Amino acid sequence: MAINQEVLDEMLLPYPDKVKKNRTKHIVRKNPEEGCQQIEANTRTVPGIISQRGCCYAGCKGVVIGPIKDMITITHGPVGCAYYSWGTRRNKARADDITPPEHIYGAMCFVTDMQEPDIVFGGEKKLAKMIDEVVEMFHPRAINVCATCPIGLIGDDLGAVTKKASEKHGIPVLAYNCEGYKGVSQSAGHHIANNVLMENVIGSGDAEKNPSEFVVNLLGEYNIGGDSWEIERILNDIGYRVQGVLTGDSSVEEMKNMHIANLNLVMCHRSINYIAEMMEEKYGIPWLKINFIGVEAIKKSLRDIAQVTGDETFIRKTEEVIAREEARVLPVIEHFRKICTGKTAFAFVGGSRSHHYQYLLRDLGMEVVVAGYEFAHRDDYEGRQVIPTIKTDADSKNIPELDIKPDPELYKEAHEHLNITKEKFDEICSRVPLGNYEGMYPDMNGGTLMIDDCNHYEAEQLVKDLKPDLFFAGVRDKYIAQKMGVPAKQLHSYDYSGPYAGFNGAMNFARDVANAMTTPAWKFITPPWEKESENTGDTNA
Amino acid sequence: MLECVPEGPVEHTIGKINPAKTCQPIGAMYAALGIHGCLPHSHGSQGCCAYHRMHLTRHFRDQVLASSSSFTEGASVFGGAANLKTSIKNIFAIYNPEIIAVHTTCLSETIGDDLPTIIKQSEIPEGKRVIHTNTPSYSGSHITGFSNMVKSMVSYLAEATEPVKKDQVNILPGFVNPGDMREIRKIVDEMGIQMIMLPDTSGVLDAPQTNKYALFPDGGTTVDEIVDTGNSSLTLALGSWASDAAGAMLVEKCNVPCIPLRTPIGLKATDDFIMTLKEKCEVDVPKSLTVERGQVVDTLIDTHFHYQGKKVAIFGDPDIVISLTEFVLTMGMIPKYVLTGTPGSRFETEVRKMFEEYQVEGSIVKADGDLFELHQWIKEEPVDLLMGTTYGKYIARAEDIPLVRVGFPILDRAVHPLMPITGYRGCLRLIEMVSNTLLDRRDRDASDEDYEMVL
Repeated sequence: MAINQEVLDEMLLPYPDKVKKNRTKHIVRKNPEEGCQQIEANTRTVPGIISQRGCCYAGCKGVVIGPIKDMITITHGPVGCAYYSWGTRRNKARADDITPPEHIYGAMCFVTDMQEPDIVFGGEKKLAKMIDEVVEMFHPRAINVCATCPIGLIGDDLGAVTKKASEKHGIPVLAYNCEGYKGVSQSAGHHIANNVLMENVIGSGDAEKNPSEFVVNLLGEYNIGGDSWEIERILNDIGYRVQGVLTGDSSVEEMKNMHIANLNLVMCHRSINYIAEMMEEKYGIPWLKINFIGVEAIKKSLRDIAQVTGDETFIRKTEEVIAREEARVLPVIEHFRKICTGKTAFAFVGGSRSHHYQYLLRDLGMEVVVAGYEFAHRDDYEGRQVIPTIKTDADSKNIPELDIKPDPELYKEAHEHLNITKEKFDEICSRVPLGNYEGMYPDMNGGTLMIDDCNHYEAEQLVKDLKPDLFFAGVRDKYIAQKMGVPAKQLHSYDYSGPYAGFNGAMNFARDVANAMTTPAWKFITPPWEKESENTGDTNA
Repeated sequence: MLECVPEGPVEHTIGKINPAKTCQPIGAMYAALGIHGCLPHSHGSQGCCAYHRMHLTRHFRDQVLASSSSFTEGASVFGGAANLKTSIKNIFAIYNPEIIAVHTTCLSETIGDDLPTIIKQSEIPEGKRVIHTNTPSYSGSHITGFSNMVKSMVSYLAEATEPVKKDQVNILPGFVNPGDMREIRKIVDEMGIQMIMLPDTSGVLDAPQTNKYALFPDGGTTVDEIVDTGNSSLTLALGSWASDAAGAMLVEKCNVPCIPLRTPIGLKATDDFIMTLKEKCEVDVPKSLTVERGQVVDTLIDTHFHYQGKKVAIFGDPDIVISLTEFVLTMGMIPKYVLTGTPGSRFETEVRKMFEEYQVEGSIVKADGDLFELHQWIKEEPVDLLMGTTYGKYIARAEDIPLVRVGFPILDRAVHPLMPITGYRGCLRLIEMVSNTLLDRRDRDASDEDYEMVL
C-alpha cells in the first residue's frame, strides 16, 4: 500500500505557498532508485500548523534530567512547566543498594512558582531560598535547576545562584538554561542536558575498573514502563556489568563513574549521541548503536556487542541466552502474529522509536507505511554520514557545543578499552557499526513515506487516504486516530503497559497491539437502527 | 511510597512542592474548546501548547486540538507579532475554524506582545473571528485562565442588539466537566427555561464514537449564541473564581444582571441554583426535580452511618472545593483539611464561615497551598478519606487513606468526565463514591469474623 505522488500533491494543495514550500522538504517518498534522498529536519515549526512538538525544557527536564532518581529537580518558573512534567513520563525508578528509598524523588514536583513580582524584580532570591529549604528538608545528594521561558528574558543568572548554593550546601547544584523557546523542539533540551551532565557529573567519581569485568553503559534509555530493567536483565545474563544508564532509574552516584566502562551502548541516538561522542573524545570509550525493540533487532544488537568484546565466552553465552529467550517468547509472539500479519501501520514518535519499532512490527508481520519524527535531525533519518553536510541554522546556533579534550590520565584508545589489539579492533569495525548509526531511511521500503514534524492536518489526510490498520503516536493523536476508526497505541507511554523492550517487551507489545485491533467494540460503532436503514436504502435503490 | 518526605515540622515558606494548581493557559484552552467551531491558539513557545493539549487529553480521553505561535529565540527577543499573524493565516487556510481564540503564556506576557494590535493587523477571512485573552502563567491559576477566556468571549462577542431583553438566561457553568454541563442544562431544560450556556464543552470533549470524524465536533456554544448572551435577561455565574468576571462583563457591556452562585455541587448549592431560577424566571419546579431531590435526602438518611463523623481532606479548584465542603458537611462528615492551590483569601473566608455554621473546630483551610503541606498536616493528624484529583493518590498510598477522585485532573480513571457531580444526580453519585470507598476499606480491613454480607 504505497502512497502515490498525486495523493501527496493533493494533500499539500490547501497550504499557503510559503507553508507548501516548507513542508514539501520535510516529506520524502522513498524511491530506492534515487540513493539516499535528503529530508529537511530540525528546523523551526510552522506557526499555527498544529505540530506535535514540545519545547527545550521538556527535552531537558522532562526527558533527560527528570528520570535521575536521587536528584531533586527544581523548575525555576511559573507553576505550569513543572506541573505538566510531574509523573507524566513513565521513567520508572526503584530503590537499590546505592539509592535508599528516602533518596528517591520521582513522585515529587518542585517549582519556584514565580509570581508577577518575581518577573518584575527577578526570581534569583526566591530560587536561592527554595534551594536552602529543600536541602534542609530533603537532604538530597544533588540538585538540578531547570529554567523555563521567562528566566532568560528577565535575566535571572541561574549559574550564579546554583554555584553559590553548591558552595553553601556542599552538594552539586546544577543549572540548565533550557528555556522553552531555545532551539526548535525538545531536541535542544537534550543537548543542553548532555552538556551539563558531561561537564559536572560523568567522570567525577573515583571508582576504578575491575579488569575481570566487561562494563557497559546504556545511553539514551529512560526505562519507560521498565524497559531498561528488561535490557539490563538480558545483558546481566550474558555476563556484562551495567555501570550506568542515561538516565532511566539512574542515580548521580552511578553516573559519576560511567567513565570506567569498556563500551557505551546507545539506544536513543537523538537524545544522547552528544555524550556518546564526548565520552569517546574525552576517554576514548567506543560506542555502539543498539536496538532492543523486536526479537530480530535484539539478536543483532546482542551479537554486535559480543563481537565487539572479541571474547569467545560472551559470544557463546550470547547464543545461549538468545536460544533460551526465543524458546520462551516466540510461541507467544507467534500466537499474536497470526492476528497482526499483513497489517499496515503509521509511526509518529519523538526522535527514535519510529525507527526502532519497525523491527518489532516486522516480527509481527506488519509494515510501517508512513513514519516520522517530531524532532529528529537529518542523521536520524539519513544516517550519521550526512552530519558534515548539516548546517546549523539561526534557530539552533545558540545551543552551546562543548570543547572536549582527551583526559590526560584516563584517555585510552578504543581497542585498549575493549582489551583487544588494534588489528583485531580494525577487523571488528569492518563488521560491526561502532560509532555509527545508519538512520531510519535504509530500513524503509520503497514507496513508503518519511515525514518530519508531521502536523495534525497531514496525519488526518494520510489516515483518510491510506487507512492504516494501526496508528502509533502519542497521547494527543491517539484519540484523533481512534475517532477516525483506526486503533491507536501510544509509543511514548505504551498506554501504561510495558516493558516493550527486550524479549519480554516483544511479548507484551504483541499482546497489546493484537488487543487494540481485536477489541470487540470496533464492531459496534454503527448502531443497529442505522444499519437497518442502510439496508432499506440499498433495497430501495 | 514517598519515603523522602520529611517527618516532623518543616520550613516550607517559598515556591511549591507538589502544587495543587496549574497555570492559566490550560484553563483558557479548555474554555475555548467550549465554543463551537473554535480552534484555541497558544501565543508562546510550543511546549506550553503541547503540555496543555496533553494534559486535557489525559483527563478527557478525547481529542484536544489547539495551535501554537511556536516562538523561537528570535521571536522571544524581538516580539511574536509575525508568528501570530502567520499562525492566523495558516490556521484559516488549513483548518478553517469559525473562530480562533488566542491566549498567551508567560513568554509572550513577559515580552509584552500587544495582542489587540497584532490581531487588527492580521488577515482574517470574511465572517471569521479572532478573539484573545491575556493569560500570564505567573499569576493566579488555570481557573484564572478559564475565567479570563470566558470574560474575553463576552467582551469580544456579546452584544445587546435587542431593545427588550429576551426571556432567556445565560448560564456560566465554570470549570466543570462536560457531564456537569449536560446535567446543568438538563435541570434548566426541565424547568422550561430558555438558556445559553457559555462555554459548553459537552459534545466536544465527550463526543461519541461514530464512523465520521469531525475536526470540530457538534458541541460548543455557537458564536451567534455568544453574541446573543447580551440580549438575555439574566446571567447565573456558577462558581465565583471561574465565572464572576464574565458575569460582571455582561452587566457592564450589555446591562444583563448577574447573580453569582456556588457551583451546584451538593444539596444546598443545587437547591440555591433551582430556587434562583424559580424566582427569577417565575416558573414552577417540575415534579421530576422534586423527586430527584427527595431521592438524595432519602439516600443521605439511608446511608449516613457509612460516613457520618468521618474526617475528610478535600483539595482541588476553589469553586468545586467550596461546594464539596458544604456537601460533606451536609452529609455529617468533618472537613478536616480544605485546600486549593489557587490564590484568593476569599476561599479561606468562605470555608471558615461554613466551619462556624456547622460548628466544626480544629479544621484547617488554605488557599494558595500545595499537596506537600496537605501531606504534612495528614502526617500530623490523619483523616479517614481524601477527596481530590489524581495527584492525591501518592498521599493516599503513603498514608493508606482511601481517595475519592473528584475534580480536575483525573488521569488514572475513565468515564468521570461524562458523569456529573453537579445537580441532584451528582449528589447521588458523590454519596455513592464516598460510601462505596469507605465500605471497600471496611471490607478490606475486616477480620474474617467481622466480614459481613450486608452493610
